[in-house]
Parts: sequence; structure tokens; C-alpha cells
Amino acid sequence: MTNAEKYRETFITLFGVTKNELQKLEYQGVDTWDSVGHMSLVARLEETFDIMMETDDIIEFSSFLKGIEILRKYGVRL
Amino acid sequence: MFSFQVHHPTTNTAIIADDGTRLTYGDLSDFSGSVNKVIPNRCLVFLLCRNTPGALCGYFSFLTGRIVPLMLDSTINGALLAGLIKTYKPQYLWLPDHRADEFMPAKTVFSGYRYSLVKLETNEGFPLHDDLAMLLATSGSTGSPKFVRISYENLAANAGSIADYLAIGEHERPVTTLPMSYSYGLSVINSHILMGAAILLTSKTLLEKDFWRFVKEHKASSLSGVPYMYKILKRINFMQMDLPSLTTLTQAGGRLSSELVHEFATCCAGSGKKFFVMYGQTEATARMAYLPARYALQKPESIGNAIPGGCFSLVDENGTEIEEHDTIGELVYKGRNVSMGYANGYDDLMKGDENHGVLFTGDLAKRDSDHFYYIVGRNQRFIKIFGNRVSLDETEILLEKIVPECACTGQDDHLVIYITDMNRMAEVKKYISAVTEIHPTAVSVRHCVEIPRNEAGKTHFFLPDIT
Repeated sequence: MTNAEKYRETFITLFGVTKNELQKLEYQGVDTWDSVGHMSLVARLEETFDIMMETDDIIEFSSFLKGIEILRKYGVRL
Repeated sequence: MFSFQVHHPTTNTAIIADDGTRLTYGDLSDFSGSVNKVIPNRCLVFLLCRNTPGALCGYFSFLTGRIVPLMLDSTINGALLAGLIKTYKPQYLWLPDHRADEFMPAKTVFSGYRYSLVKLETNEGFPLHDDLAMLLATSGSTGSPKFVRISYENLAANAGSIADYLAIGEHERPVTTLPMSYSYGLSVINSHILMGAAILLTSKTLLEKDFWRFVKEHKASSLSGVPYMYKILKRINFMQMDLPSLTTLTQAGGRLSSELVHEFATCCAGSGKKFFVMYGQTEATARMAYLPARYALQKPESIGNAIPGGCFSLVDENGTEIEEHDTIGELVYKGRNVSMGYANGYDDLMKGDENHGVLFTGDLAKRDSDHFYYIVGRNQRFIKIFGNRVSLDETEILLEKIVPECACTGQDDHLVIYITDMNRMAEVKKYISAVTEIHPTAVSVRHCVEIPRNEAGKTHFFLPDIT
């Protein structure tokens, strides 16, 4: 699986969304991506890509697309 | 005739909202006057809460005008809401403008701050007990018709005790982190309104940049959280944040691990903040106990002792009071904040006080030789998920609609469901998180060949030893 696939897959399994919804997916845009879901998302992404996210990045991670930008800062090639 | 009245200088700020709205206590009482002109008689109103000026202005108006609100979250699902309307027959709904359309052709008879008062003409009035101030849900948004009947005296007593032990003055500025429809969240609002303080209203979460911007800009002085929120605070390095105005942290809504209590207490002690571990139930309006901040490091596992005006005792299985320390029994609370009882429908709203100031908490506790109390377990089958009570028996009943055999167990923040059909595990998980709104990451579905039952058909659980 490529990094991009792993990234997409994390959202799909965690929030129960479809591939088509991803581009527009935002924090609190679906019931499952609430603060509890957000913490699971952060934990899974950190595990998947072996990174440790800073506070600012956790609270700025407000959408699927924004997340790509943030992960790139950690050297994840997406 | 009792009601919840405050007499603060009209120029005192009451609300500072994240949309820029600023309202004084004078504005609140003017608004209240207008609302109470539209609603002529004492009656039941459904209040769909959000941490916004509209919801809080409505709440204040109803309390001071002796109109009884039934508190719900504004995101409550339409079908659950319709069910509750049938069960409780409210004459009005106070809800965000965008939800008013759901009740067409019912008319909006008043509006303000993006909230609408919708009149349900088909519901006629019915008698309400004179002491009844409001109705609070016993659990989250599961649509259960069971609500707690709270009196005006309950509200005033509990808000007063809380203001007393937290030393709340009019210069406090709590920021909202919990829903208003949740007893803990509401207790923060009540205790500060009572003292004439300004409430920083936001519906943003701890995980949003705008939340922290708002906290800093308006110099929030206190923050409240249930256990999972403290895990979030830890993960986002709250302890390293520079927030000199924030002087009080409170925690309730379930047990926070003693490690986290210790960490937060240490950090607070080092930065001039106070950290309060507290204990309560909606049946007691909100609060029953608190651990004074200076003991948080010394006794991080304790809930402290009863709040001012209340008292605890422990009873054994026969109802006999336990005098010895370090002996486990059911925790019993006495105080003026013990609710009037439950309601399961509109005709229960004329009932008087059934509890007479005594609450059997259903929690098992012990007391040490310094008179500090410790919760050690529960003698009822429920767990708390993210601060909300979830009845395992009710969850099993819900599940029986889709699977023939199941058993629910688990621990706080984690529900475990056993089913016998291996092929339906994903379906069960999806179903239960859809109907109960429990986050799917907090649910595990496991397979077992057979649900172990005793001769009476009662599920035999291998529960963790709580003593």
C-alpha cells in the first residue's frame, strides 16, 4: 500500500466514510469525526507513519486535505 | 412561589460568545421579559441546547419566568426528538432557527439570537408541580424517555454549594467545554450565573485552534472536563501552555485515573492553578462531592467529601449504616440538591418530591480514617462512556432487536458486546453506534459460542473483581 492509500484507508475505516467523501471531509463534518474520533485519528496516523505530532498540528488538522499538508511537514510522502 | 432569581448589577457582563455577542445581566432580563410576554402560562418547553447566546438567553428566561425546560442537545436526531415530543407533549420548542422548519406548519411565535420559539398548537397544557424547575436527561442522546425532575430549590442549593467551594466570584470567566444539556455543563453555568460572573460561550472543542484563541483573548479563568477530555489535554500538551488567567480546572463525569490526577495536580501546583476532582450525578442536580485542591496530590484516588450543605453515609446490603473505615458499602447522599425523582412521561410532571433529600447513588464506596471517600465500583449495570451513562441492560434490549443473543459488559469509555453470530459483528457495531451515538472506537464486538447464563436465564458475567 502506498502512503496515500494508507492515509485514505485510515479515514475510511475510522470514520466509516466512502472514498468519494474524503476530499471534502472536515472535522465534525461527520458524527464519527468528533473529538474522540480525532484522538484516534492522530494516534493511528502516528503509528502508521511512525511520527509524533506537535500540539499545533493536532489542533490545526481540521480536514482531510489539511492533514496531507501537515503530514508532509513530518516528511511523509503523500 | 420559588423560582431561580438573580439580582446582579444590570451592567455586569453575563455572556461573551465566540461570535462576538456580548450581553449584560440587564440584557438577559430584558430578553426574559420579552419571552415571558409571549408564553403566558407556566408550561413545558423543549430547549435544544448549544453553547450559544440564543440557547442561554432562552434558558435564563425560562428559569426566571417559571417555565419548565426539558434540556436536550441541539443535534438530537429528528426521530428521537419526535418520540420525546409524543411522550412529554411540550407546548413550545426553543431551538436553533435552522431546525424550526422541521416542525412546519407549527408557527414560530418569537425569535432572537438565532433561536426560534415554535408553538405546538396540538399540545394542550397540563399541570406541572409547583416546585418543578427543569428536566435533565439521565444519559446522553440515547432517546431514553427517562428524565430527572429538578426543583428550583435543587438548582439554587447546588449552584450555591459549588460557588462556595470553588470560591466563585463575579470576576470569574468560565469557558464552556461541555454541553448545556449535560448536568455537569449546566452546573458550571448555574453556579456562575448565581454569582453574576461572565460566561465565555463557545461550542468549539478542545481540539480546535479557535477554542484556544478564544480562551486566551477573553482570559478564561476556569475549564471543566470529563475524563477523556483530560486525556486530550495531556496529549495536546496543555501543561506546557501559557495560560496565566486560567486558575481553576475541574473534573467530573467519571473516574479519572490516579496517574492523570497526579500529573494535573502537579502541573497545577507548579503554575498557581487549582485542580478539583469532583463527583456527582444528575439525580443530585449535578454535584455531590469534591476533593479540595490541596489534597489532589496526597489522595489522588479520592472524591473527597460531600459538598457544603450535603453529607454522605455508607450502607451495607441490609441498609445498615457502616461506621468503620475502609469498609465498602453503597454511597448514600443527603442534601437539598437531591432531585424530586424521575419522569417517564408528561403525566409524571405533576408529581411532588419522591426522594425527600436522600439519594442512593448505586456507587460502591469506602471511607478512609480521614473521612475521605473513594468510589470502588457500582452495584448497577452501567458504564460511563465519555462522561455519559450507558445502561448495559438497556443496550442489550436495543441489540435484541437485531440479534437473538447478546451480552454487554465493559468498563468506562469502553463497551464490549458479545454475540453468538460471528458473521454479524460489523453490523452490530454499526447499529449500536448509530442508535446510541456511542463513538465506534469505544465499542468492541466479540464473538462467543454461547452466552453463559444461570438457571434463571440471567447472564453470568465474569466481571472484574471490584472489591
